[in-house]
Amino acid sequence: MRLVGTSAPRAEGEAKLTGRARYVDDLPLTDFLWGLTVRSTIPYGRILSVDFDAGADWSGVTIVTAKDVPGKNVVVLLEQDQPILAADRVMHREEPIVLLAHRDRDRLWELASRVRIEYERWEPVLDIDASLALEQRLFKDDNVFKAIRIDKGDVEAAFARAARVFERTYETGLQEQAYIENQGMVATWDAAAGRLEVVGSMQCPYYVLKGLCPIMGLAPEQVVVEQAATGGAFGGKEDYPTILAAHASLLSYKSGKTVKMIYDRVEDLVATTKRHPCRTRIRTALDASGSILAMDVDATMDGGAYCTLSPVVLSRGTIHAGGPYNFENIRVESRVVATNTPPNGAFRGFGAPQTIFAMERHMDNLARELGRAPHELREEYLLRPGQTTAFSQNVGDDVYALDIQREAVARTRFEERRRECEEFNRSSRWERRGIGLATFLHGAGFTGNGEVVLDSRLKVEVTADGLVQIYSANTEMGQGKDTTFSQIAADSMGLPMARVRIITPNTARVPNSGPTVASRTAMVVGYLVQEACGAVRKALEAHAGRTWRDPDDFASLAAAHHRERGALEGWSRYEPPPGKVWDDKVYRGAAYGAYAWACYVAAVRVRLDTLEVTVESFDAFQEVGRVLNPVIAEGQIEGGVVQGIGYALCEEVKMKDGAMANANFTNYIIPTFADVPAVKVHFAERPYPFGPFGAKGIGELPMDGPGPALASALTHALGVEVNRIPATPEHLLELLGNE
Amino acid sequence: MSEEGELTTIRCTIDGRPHEHRCHPLASALDFLRYVAGLTATKEGCKEGECGACAITLDGVVVNSCVVPAAHLQGRRVGTVEGLSRPDELSALQKAFLECGGAQCGICTPGMLVTGARLLEEGERLTEARIREHMAGNLCRCTGYGKIVESLLRASEEER
Ligand code: FES
Ligand code: FES
Repeated sequence: MRLVGTSAPRAEGEAKLTGRARYVDDLPLTDFLWGLTVRSTIPYGRILSVDFDAGADWSGVTIVTAKDVPGKNVVVLLEQDQPILAADRVMHREEPIVLLAHRDRDRLWELASRVRIEYERWEPVLDIDASLALEQRLFKDDNVFKAIRIDKGDVEAAFARAARVFERTYETGLQEQAYIENQGMVATWDAAAGRLEVVGSMQCPYYVLKGLCPIMGLAPEQVVVEQAATGGAFGGKEDYPTILAAHASLLSYKSGKTVKMIYDRVEDLVATTKRHPCRTRIRTALDASGSILAMDVDATMDGGAYCTLSPVVLSRGTIHAGGPYNFENIRVESRVVATNTPPNGAFRGFGAPQTIFAMERHMDNLARELGRAPHELREEYLLRPGQTTAFSQNVGDDVYALDIQREAVARTRFEERRRECEEFNRSSRWERRGIGLATFLHGAGFTGNGEVVLDSRLKVEVTADGLVQIYSANTEMGQGKDTTFSQIAADSMGLPMARVRIITPNTARVPNSGPTVASRTAMVVGYLVQEACGAVRKALEAHAGRTWRDPDDFASLAAAHHRERGALEGWSRYEPPPGKVWDDKVYRGAAYGAYAWACYVAAVRVRLDTLEVTVESFDAFQEVGRVLNPVIAEGQIEGGVVQGIGYALCEEVKMKDGAMANANFTNYIIPTFADVPAVKVHFAERPYPFGPFGAKGIGELPMDGPGPALASALTHALGVEVNRIPATPEHLLELLGNE
Repeated sequence: MSEEGELTTIRCTIDGRPHEHRCHPLASALDFLRYVAGLTATKEGCKEGECGACAITLDGVVVNSCVVPAAHLQGRRVGTVEGLSRPDELSALQKAFLECGGAQCGICTPGMLVTGARLLEEGERLTEARIREHMAGNLCRCTGYGKIVESLLRASEEER
């Protein structure tokens, strides 16, 4: 094993550093049309008429409305409630109604304003309360896309004997993925061949393929989807690209030309999915000595106008709501509801950052209430080997919660620095300092039986000249998958990385190894790379009657195989780890194959005049199985932490009349170089037997900790509970004003 | 580009090579580079001067090309990421990015490199604080910035 564990340079790094990497907007195209979307300007109502201003010149313009959809006008996901183009009613602002295409992009922008849409306005439902009050029925009878309940122990009995009850409510806001490359797609319909080709920025080519077929009325064999270099995604390019791909395809289908659609920043912000806002109420039953008897958690998320992936976001959020704790009695009830706002969707963490925020804030507030240090109270309840989570999974030996928190507390001098801050606060007139922490776990891979249902497959091929080619549908979007897969393959084959090639994800060429989401790629699919390499290695050794000495020897053995027996390939297929059972009906059992365990420590300084917050230090401790590539793994954690700092402090989506009112980078503020400290990343490694070389998934993990750790630090600094994020200066002023 | 309205001829050098293209004078320098000259190495992130993905140098000064009219390129020296390396060798800064993990998804990278290269040219020994201040107009959503800071520090050390 020579490459795994080293910081091998990024496989596609040179292309990106020289500007040669081709993102969707960089693809050389000849003879194509630009596409544009005309969107609803009201949140809820009936479409009365769509007219095209007779005073404008519509020559050469391709126009597509719901009537032009050749197949079914539906985005097939978990439900079939969302049309690809609104036909008779609109459910949210910025809902696509008309598509236009023309050779001249400027002309298109002008023409978009000449499409006149008349509506009958209905009273919209714009928040969770209005939805639950059934002010309008937007989805089925109850406006609930999905509700979940988890039970462990006897919560009612525990509350009945409680000496007192401690209750708080926590809120997290919308968050925008804010990948720097906006969404974009190019579609080409070849009528003669009956073939549709789509290339673009995406996480999941097979999701796009599956979504396109019913809309276009095509068989899967007629559709090819390819990923272009992708400039960040974070979940934002999990489900939404299907919609954009379908729009470009509809325009191409009608015009017979290649159609390119590239959102600009404003459109990307107002129209695409965001992180679900969430409100969580936690009640705790305490006995007379302050011990926790039971937890009662109730979480509600806002799904927006259509179901999209909301049920699975809720599922991950619900499972993570109990945190890394062993509570004898706990109940989690949750639901995600419909409102007349643009649909929310996948975003790194997928529901977990919301509920983890609530639980970690609550543990902190409880500690405060009981006059104990935040880490001390947590220590008592953190999971030990053999204990069970809120969803009744016995974690066996795969538990590292206590160790990671102890390490974090010791190495950051947490207790000492807490005292230092308190001393500082007694003497400073203008500033306050605080330090806080959050301890959490994050499950990697699809939830429950999800991986079995995905049934991922992967192929490794050895060419006649001795190149090892990996065929998988998993996409590189910055997380370093091309590199870690290459390292895994190279070590599995005993070859240098230069002998490994990653095949571009294209549905005509690669098998479906599942979506690139849920922290599953390195752990679940990386393991498939290792296994397929094992298969190909065995085949070659069997044929040659020996193993190879070096890369040249390997190449000559591979050439001999090709001459004598033909192509050389190995396949792998997902097998669940033994003994992991999940019951979806009662939400109990092995929710995930493995968990990463973490404790994040943040220190802040707050100016009392402006309430401006400076993050003075941020330490991220986590146990991740095995680090495949330290530079890449650190980069994932650092990037996630900074995205989490934005979530906690400054990223606020301001909604007005059902639409994002601050849709640009001037007013939706993501952290810059100047806003964040150097994030310190610390890894603990305890190999996971079913990850490649022991690795667990880490992609989402860093999104969970910064929100609660920073709110904890702010609470410590200001002496008021910070239970809502983003904790903007305006919000802090509200809190302090109340004191 | 619009078919309507006057087109104007813009002559400039881009990464040392002379260019001459007809273009709408109100088009942005970014659109001129990408859609008229066909040079797609410079990226668009926001088109409103907020992200730095489109950074280029104009006579050696870093600007966001999305907010500069194409007409301003007339007769000037334009520098993009493509001018930073020789055909078969990365610059010290690019190598540092490769080693330190300064690029992830890569969409902000051309802008980071152009802005960072200009900072290195100033020749002073870089500090983390100086880098964070100088680079604050360039957004990155992947790295959390730490690895870009490291890349610049390493390149700065190597240049000495
Ligand atoms: S595209 Fe020019 S600053 Fe963002
Ligand atoms: S590397 Fe993706 S935005 Fe910077």
